[in-house]
Amino acid sequence: MSLSRRNFIKGVIAGGAVASSAAYLFRGTGSLLGQSSAPGSVDRLLTLTVNGQTRRVDVLKQETLAMTLRYKLGLTGTKLGCDRAECGACTVLIDDVPHYSCSVLTHTVRGRRIVTIEGLEAPGGVLHPVQQAVVDEQGFQCAFCLPGFVMAAVGYLKTNPTPTRDELAHGISGNLCRCQDYDKILTALMRGAEYMRRTT
Amino acid sequence: MSGGAVALPEGNKSMAVIRDVMPAFELFQPTSIEDAQAVLNRYGAEAWVLAGGLDSFDWLKDRIRRPQAVVDLSGIAALKGIRERDGGLEIGAMTTLTEVVRHPVVRERYSILLEAAEAAASPQIRNQGTIGGNVSQDTRCWYYRAGWPCYRAGGNICYADTPESINREHAILGADRCVAVNPSDTAPALIVLDAQMVIRTADGGERTVNAEDYFVGPGVNITRMTILEPGDILTAVRLPPTWAGARFYWEKVRDRQVWDFALVSVASAMRLTGSTIDRIRIAVNGVAARPLRLAAVEALVEGRPRNESTAVVAANLAIEGAQPLRFNAYKMPLMRNLVKRAIRGVEATTWTS
Repeated sequence: MSLSRRNFIKGVIAGGAVASSAAYLFRGTGSLLGQSSAPGSVDRLLTLTVNGQTRRVDVLKQETLAMTLRYKLGLTGTKLGCDRAECGACTVLIDDVPHYSCSVLTHTVRGRRIVTIEGLEAPGGVLHPVQQAVVDEQGFQCAFCLPGFVMAAVGYLKTNPTPTRDELAHGISGNLCRCQDYDKILTALMRGAEYMRRTT
Repeated sequence: MSGGAVALPEGNKSMAVIRDVMPAFELFQPTSIEDAQAVLNRYGAEAWVLAGGLDSFDWLKDRIRRPQAVVDLSGIAALKGIRERDGGLEIGAMTTLTEVVRHPVVRERYSILLEAAEAAASPQIRNQGTIGGNVSQDTRCWYYRAGWPCYRAGGNICYADTPESINREHAILGADRCVAVNPSDTAPALIVLDAQMVIRTADGGERTVNAEDYFVGPGVNITRMTILEPGDILTAVRLPPTWAGARFYWEKVRDRQVWDFALVSVASAMRLTGSTIDRIRIAVNGVAARPLRLAAVEALVEGRPRNESTAVVAANLAIEGAQPLRFNAYKMPLMRNLVKRAIRGVEATTWTS
């Protein structure tokens, strides 16, 4: 059996070893897992709506949405690049609006609709039009930034379904690609916009 | 940069610290301004006000600030939304920059604020960052942000103003020990619109100040960017009809056209009769610890024709008294040229060095 990093992380989570993996991931930050609640503050156990599913999860007060998605819910399609609201690799939709999930406290998104790259495809594994366009155009090189770009584009296209190339470039300007593959990415995402118009 | 005897932030002492979450804090999510202030008053200096979070999380993730309590204002409905008021607009402090940009009345009558808000940061940040946070954000001086014990941090030295300092982005005007600059894009636009900042004070009262008086330089308080006292909350920004629909000019010069903070930005609002400037408001940012309204320039050009010679005289006056640091002398011609453009318009002016 080959053991990819992705499957390892998912396996750890599925195996109920969240507490121990969290202690590893959050080391150096003190005994966070044992912190107590003060009166008037928020509960740590909360309900999130992620990709149409209701997920019950224990979240630290200071935990970012990117950490919750990746290491509590196993949704590793959301990437962590800079963790500083600069690169856009962690972009997810919150109520249809693109956000840097590295810079959102999970406790601030209770009751809101979160969509990650895993939530784009239709039942039966039919890719979202923007995903299909990326496959067709082969717009990315290493593709680490791909989920963030796709989520930023899907969010932007909800506000402007018929962008010019310049408008779409502006719409996804909050995302970085270290391969400097911007031109091809933009071509792929423009095709995604076209596919979306066809399907609706 | 070498550590020497200077105490470095804790995160720098050891290798391989996983820095992706913040230190533990107690989180409060009040639904009213009163409840938020009760928490702020209870925790005093240990409390941290969280708006959009884009400035806050850097401080917390870098372990430079370790508040005991974080008060998230996003659940307070009274701080959100844009309303018509007294012939102008009232923008709740927790209104996102994207909401400001998309508002039809902002677009129609206060388009300079649209331009300024649209120039801030990146789409994702504008979707989350608030107008209250944009005007209240801390300076980006990296010596200060890295936790160096400078004047602004309560120490007795400025690391950005030494012979070896990297100070390309720092101040050319109004420096007083600290040479940091204000990073806000909306601030100069709000100043020329004569915006009023509405503040709920720690004792529950309300006060309103002119936008230009909301910001403080190091000579007034070296540890703060705004007049907000501990426990105060900026609740709204009011735009009076005074400058609605005026002839506006906005420009922000930065290294990268997305995400970056301004090297220098300029905003102007003008009322003309024919080609004569009747009234003008002009402000710049990125050159001092606070956004500067250029009152002397305004006084000089009012009543003059809007032409090249007026713009040149005004631009020279604007940078009078400027004192560059080692790496930021370029800001003097940059500011001069931006002031020229803000008076004359972009096509008509020629750049001068």
